[in-house]
Amino acid sequence: MKAFAELYAQLDATTSSNAKLAAMQHYFAHAAPQDAAWAVYFLAGGRPRQLVPTRLLREQAMQLSALPEWLFEESYQAVGDLAETLSLLLPQAEHSSEEGLSSWMENKLLPLRGLPPEELQERLPTFWAQLDRQSLMICLKLITGSFRVGVSKLLVTRALAALAEIDSKRVAQRLVGYTDLSHRPSAEGYLKLIAEESDDEHAQRGGQPYPFFLAHALQQPVDQFDTLLGPAENWQVEWKWDGIRAQVVKREGRLWIWSRGEELVTDRFPELHSLTQCLPDGTVIDGEIVVWKPSNPTPDAENSFALSTPSPAEPGESAPSVQPFALLQQRIGRKTLGKKILDEVPVVVLAYDLLEWQGHDWRSRPQHERRTQLEQVIAQASSPVLMPSPVLTGEDWLDLGRQREASRSLGVEGMMLKARDALYGVGRTKDMGVWWKWKIDPFSVDAVLIYAQRGHGRRASLYSDYTFAVWDGPPQASERTLVPFAKAYSGLTDEEMRKVDAIIRKTTVEKFGPVRSVTPTLVFELGFEGIALSKRHKSGIAVRFPRMLRWRLDKPVAEADTLATLQDLLA
Amino acid sequence: MDLVIARPEGLYCPPGDFYIDPWRPVERSVITHGHGDHARTGNQHYLAAAPGEGILRSRLGRDINLQTLEYGESISHHGVKLSLHPAGHVLGSAQVRLEYGGEVWVASGDYKVEPDGTCAPFEPVRCHTFITESTFGLPIYQWEPQAHIFAGINDWWRANAAVGKASVLFAYSFGKAQRILHGIDPSIGPILVHGAVEPLNRVYREAGVRIPETQYAGDFKKTDPALRQALIVAPPSAGGSTWMRRFGDFSDAFASGWMMLRGTRRRRGVDRGFALSDHADWPGLLWAIENTGAERVMVTHGSVAVLVRYLRELGLDAQGFTTEYGDEEDDAPTKEQAQEPSEQETAS
Repeated sequence: MKAFAELYAQLDATTSSNAKLAAMQHYFAHAAPQDAAWAVYFLAGGRPRQLVPTRLLREQAMQLSALPEWLFEESYQAVGDLAETLSLLLPQAEHSSEEGLSSWMENKLLPLRGLPPEELQERLPTFWAQLDRQSLMICLKLITGSFRVGVSKLLVTRALAALAEIDSKRVAQRLVGYTDLSHRPSAEGYLKLIAEESDDEHAQRGGQPYPFFLAHALQQPVDQFDTLLGPAENWQVEWKWDGIRAQVVKREGRLWIWSRGEELVTDRFPELHSLTQCLPDGTVIDGEIVVWKPSNPTPDAENSFALSTPSPAEPGESAPSVQPFALLQQRIGRKTLGKKILDEVPVVVLAYDLLEWQGHDWRSRPQHERRTQLEQVIAQASSPVLMPSPVLTGEDWLDLGRQREASRSLGVEGMMLKARDALYGVGRTKDMGVWWKWKIDPFSVDAVLIYAQRGHGRRASLYSDYTFAVWDGPPQASERTLVPFAKAYSGLTDEEMRKVDAIIRKTTVEKFGPVRSVTPTLVFELGFEGIALSKRHKSGIAVRFPRMLRWRLDKPVAEADTLATLQDLLA
Repeated sequence: MDLVIARPEGLYCPPGDFYIDPWRPVERSVITHGHGDHARTGNQHYLAAAPGEGILRSRLGRDINLQTLEYGESISHHGVKLSLHPAGHVLGSAQVRLEYGGEVWVASGDYKVEPDGTCAPFEPVRCHTFITESTFGLPIYQWEPQAHIFAGINDWWRANAAVGKASVLFAYSFGKAQRILHGIDPSIGPILVHGAVEPLNRVYREAGVRIPETQYAGDFKKTDPALRQALIVAPPSAGGSTWMRRFGDFSDAFASGWMMLRGTRRRRGVDRGFALSDHADWPGLLWAIENTGAERVMVTHGSVAVLVRYLRELGLDAQGFTTEYGDEEDDAPTKEQAQEPSEQETAS
């Protein structure tokens, strides 16, 4: 545990990728395989569910430190991180535990789940008494499922590849699914990650998906595309769907569905299980799970099929019947999926790539070849829940740019540009070919900051999380008020945030716990990706991915936008 | 009768007609210590502890009208008996004890309770009313023994030197810098200081505090191999400046109580944070308050509301005092960054 805590401290203390790489390599080289197995799990983003209720941890810390609840809360507000707060308030101990990470996880922490409170009250203090402050904080982060550290999965992959002296793409492949909840790290599993490459490796991978190939954002104006990208005909252009990126894996008579987070989500989508029969073994499809309009019976579905042929289609005709992401989100949140929701919010897979066919890895074949084969696979499958993501054609980039303007009305986020001869890479790499996401500009409104709350982690004690409002009437209205509709905490530079923080402190009207209400003086241009009616919000409106685009120093509060502006965007 | 009240000019003693650490120019001032927000220019008379004379003259001017008292020595002014007692904060720092009509008040200025060898250690003074700071007035602030911190600094310096990297340690130039120089192991390598630190080293040495040999960092060429082995002590304001370029590939660290928190450490953007403070931590504040035996406690700069509430729950008569020292409320780590270095010095 101590060695892992020290690794955390080293990774946390630097922003240099090389230093992080060196720290990880050093750790893996010295750690026992079973400890390294768990370390990989956590560094690659694995998070077991919370093991002990937060409330219980708080109560215990208050009891052990003899602090009143209000003082515990004040402390938590200043620190901005529960595990860190607890580690600072619990009685300090000399480090005495010799046990490694895996022993801590398997013999001490995992067995805590579901224990009665009295049992936890008894066990936990004996754990705390063996750990120094740093290890205690890490231990608490593991217990609360909040362990995070600034390394990407790619960096972990590189560290392991360097240690094992094998290709990092191979390690990436082996790592897929490693952090899924169903997987328990083990020494054996870790040794497989760093094992020498073997010939039958491909045959042994069960339901393993491939690492997802990720797109880069394209932000240049369209008139530069010819220079940047070459002629449009070298690119496969598709809509950028607003759904869940997923891989459908069919092998050994079974079907697995993996989300982009490499989480196994097969159970979440029962209507896709029919694909087990439709797809032959040794098939892996990359695509997007979207909600398909239920009221559209077959004629429309057929219409959509027609789009799959690469013949040029009028943008109007190509209207996909995809439904807003908000609907999909309702489904994701459910623990059990009743018949009602399956009927009302049915999903389909819009397929856009073929990664494996007849048991062979197709990722090193060019995009156009994979696409042609994909269309055949889909045609053979002949399933209503598997459709090709239509390929869009245009005379040139400008023409495509014009088509892209329909994105919002079609419910898509813009376009995807995939080089026709690109291979399928690993993660956000560019050496195998490139995928670009050419997104439409976000919605934007000018909103007024009315509440502020202190941030977490790096922004603890800075007022960095804001609630924004718009007016409920036009400027000429005799009486109008500000109605909150969105919270945002990103988009400002550190410098701007410090200035805003200072203004918030000066203009505070009231404090409610960690939240301050302020005299409205600050106007920001807020950007967001989607907008929907909502019963939960006072304004009746919910926006997706709100963030600050710009501080409107030039705009008086009275000139901020109104609810009517938002309602117009809904239309 | 209240022996100290808050006035727009500063903390004021009505029967004695003088101010303690006034933030606007007044006729008579008693100065607890030389940090910029406690010792300001423009007063007609200054009274301070004798060990702080060198500091005050070097910061406020050679020719200020300064009277000094040894710790424990008392004088009487308009019937108020006044004496100064060690506060353990920096060289020459003092608590001000006031006695009048059978009432005893102590204004502590800034203080810390752990002795550090660079100034006279804090002495609790019995009183009826105690005026305390509250810079680190939250239970999350509990300092490690300074020996641990110095060992950490030594290890960090040694590891950097081993790979040929300069070690740049940011610390406030008055007090913190000298405490570090006094506490570290000078055998590891050469010790270099920023131009803002050296004059204060001189004052400390003259006062008999052991400060190892230091060299002015500006005298070294970028190519000098000594830099790769050196510890460089510089004020936080030097960070990110062109002055830093001479050190090539260096590791940096910041020594401040605020480094206790990961968030502040990360916001600072330094490689290492050493939680070393010249202020009392939470247990230190409570210990000091308890040992004065005071039933009434006036809380100034820092976590005023928190400490007041806590003390009231302990049954003491506590209230907040608005001052312009340090930082009000809970926002010190933020403000500290926005301010000029001279203003920062107390918030360490």
